[in-house]
Amino acid sequence: MKTGYASFRAVQRIGLATIGGAVLGIVILGISTAVAQKQGTATDKKKESTYAALAEAPEKARQRKNPFEGDPQAMAAGGKLFQQHCVECHGEKAGGTKKGPSLLHEEVRQATPGALFWVLTNGVVRRGMPVWSKLPEQQRWQIVAFLHSLKPESLDSHSGSDER
Amino acid sequence: MQLSRNKEYSNREADERASNFEIDPADIFWLDFYCSFFSFAGLLFISAAGAGEPLHRDLQPLPRRARQPRCGIFSTFGTQRDGNDFHAFWTEFEYGATAWWTTELYLDGQTTFNESTVFTGFRLENRFRLLQREHLINPVLYVEYEQITGADKILKEIEGHDGESDLADSNAALRKEHKHELEFKLLLSSNFKGWNVAVNPIVTKNLLPSEPWEFAYAIGTSRPLMLKASPNRCNFCLENFVAGVEMYGGLGDVQSAGLHDTSHYLAPTVAWNLPSDWTLHLSSGFGLNQNSHRLLLRWGISHEFSGFGEAVRRLFGGQP
Repeated sequence: MKTGYASFRAVQRIGLATIGGAVLGIVILGISTAVAQKQGTATDKKKESTYAALAEAPEKARQRKNPFEGDPQAMAAGGKLFQQHCVECHGEKAGGTKKGPSLLHEEVRQATPGALFWVLTNGVVRRGMPVWSKLPEQQRWQIVAFLHSLKPESLDSHSGSDER
Repeated sequence: MQLSRNKEYSNREADERASNFEIDPADIFWLDFYCSFFSFAGLLFISAAGAGEPLHRDLQPLPRRARQPRCGIFSTFGTQRDGNDFHAFWTEFEYGATAWWTTELYLDGQTTFNESTVFTGFRLENRFRLLQREHLINPVLYVEYEQITGADKILKEIEGHDGESDLADSNAALRKEHKHELEFKLLLSSNFKGWNVAVNPIVTKNLLPSEPWEFAYAIGTSRPLMLKASPNRCNFCLENFVAGVEMYGGLGDVQSAGLHDTSHYLAPTVAWNLPSDWTLHLSSGFGLNQNSHRLLLRWGISHEFSGFGEAVRRLFGGQP
């Protein structure tokens, strides 16, 4: 009987520890919500800022050429990487979601490969766009190749289609 | 008389079990239930809020995606001279509150062979990216609070004068020590031509005033086996595998800093990132001196949950 009680006490302590963890989680929830609200109140502003980041790319970075320019294999690989890492924010068809802007937008299409690569590498951390520098450079260029492969026709048919 | 003696023995055994904090196999179900339920509840609350992207973990191959929690189960098998080998395990729940802040909860436990299975405490860590953009060296501040017992054997870090002999005692003896510690790390990492190089200076303080500040380090490098991605979705493509090597150990404490009476490990590592968002980790740490365990074999599996935050938000009637 007492052995059972001892085991119960053990489990009870585990329960208390996990309750503590849950309480801490709730505290984090509060802080996280506050930060999220601050960040998420102006989605349009966020999108504008993300596009503005393209203009912030230094001239030297902007002039860099994509080593995979026009390479269909690289575009396909970039599409795969886009599905793995980018769709969560930018949508299945790159048309944008509440979390991230459309990549079919004119400013993205007009951006040089170097500018897109620079934004991918540096992110726009304050606006929620992460730094993707841990993806190998080649893979970032493959994503850039994919983004540039999105045709104006797909812009017409897809623009805003991911907006929920 | 015999009955009374049996009863006395039974009571003594029960008390001993209570003090040893042992868990009967029958209670494993409840252990799992408690851990899973409350951890899931905590995760649910955390995931219901927040925007942005978690930070990148040092030495970890791929970045996290926005608002995606990650759960993982990890374990360390360790050999023990003058004692029983052990299998320590921990569960991780990670969530990126913003693009520059990641928070994580750990629940630790261990089984020492021929002894017992014990829950050894929890840790709460936060990581803050200090610079907005990519630089040659990218610092991330890591702050962890841990409430664990001396029986904790996950050996995520080796600190101060930690050594193999510290863990040679029985679980019953080790668990009498309670640690409330703060740990600070500066995760310095650099990416160059596909290589990731990370250096982590570590400082730890047991919150007891009598305990000194302890120092430690971890360094490592890793690289995907293929830098270019293949056009097809595949599990066994070389780009999904990241191999590397880590070295970690203690650097003494504020009263006796240095390498004497410290332990150090060299560990080849490999990670396999599956397109289905599962990642397998494997690392075999070899002790480099007599104070070290001969072998610390680590493995783990983790999963990122796509769209989890959105699903929870919808569940509570929020806007997707």
